[in-house]
Amino acid sequence: MNSIIPYLIVGAIVFVLGIFTIVYKKNAVGILMGVELVLNSVNINFIAFAKFVDTGIHGQIISIFVIILAAAEAAIALAIILNIYRMKATVDVTQLNKMKH
Amino acid sequence: MTILFYIAAIIAIISTIMVITRTNVIHALLYMVVSLLATAVMFFLIGAPFIAALEIMIYAGAITVLFVFVVMMLNLGEEAVKQEKQWLSFSGWIFPAFLSLILLLEVIFIISSSGSVPISGKVIDPKLVGQSLFTTYLIGVELSAILLLAGIIGAYHLARRKKKVVHRFLELEGAEE
Repeated sequence: MNSIIPYLIVGAIVFVLGIFTIVYKKNAVGILMGVELVLNSVNINFIAFAKFVDTGIHGQIISIFVIILAAAEAAIALAIILNIYRMKATVDVTQLNKMKH
Repeated sequence: MTILFYIAAIIAIISTIMVITRTNVIHALLYMVVSLLATAVMFFLIGAPFIAALEIMIYAGAITVLFVFVVMMLNLGEEAVKQEKQWLSFSGWIFPAFLSLILLLEVIFIISSSGSVPISGKVIDPKLVGQSLFTTYLIGVELSAILLLAGIIGAYHLARRKKKVVHRFLELEGAEE
């Protein structure tokens, strides 16, 4: 298979499903999972472009940095969710519209 | 090899859809693990084995364990007991296990049939990636180390239990609520 198109289609579908997860879920942990899916689909695109367009390793290096970024982001966001749960005793984002406290 | 890619892609899309439709957070996490594993198989097929290994280790391993621990700490009262019974249910884990089994068979087939030749072109092995990381992209590696350090400190600071501040005005303000 010497075409980049299937990879881009898979990446686009996973990206759209991740965006839909972010919009649809009411649970804060579920929203964070949607963010992870979006970053993962970006990785698919980077690897495909590194293979078919660049024919080098630069895309793979960038995807390593994306993975590192996702790890740091997940740690910080989960800490924020824990803090919200301690203050409000819920992780339902529809009940968190008042952030002043 | 093309059909293997399509199987992995379909598994990734199906499990991503199941992440959306599951209402139980742990079930959704299981499907997210399957989606990440399918993505790792795709990376392996396209000739990036190092990124596939990193994807499994960091995404499907570390980040998911972090999610599971946070879900465990968010103890949601009597619903949690009901949920815990559902976590052990047969229908909860059998479908992710089935999708993972297909991926496992795929990887076994790849390894046993054709060595490490991907769909087309050459394989970029970990040695090349490492050489490029520590020569051309050295600044990026240093910056990501600083980012991870800041992430550790920030996560600790945010998730730490605050000591209660004893101050009359703050106490009064808290008492009004």
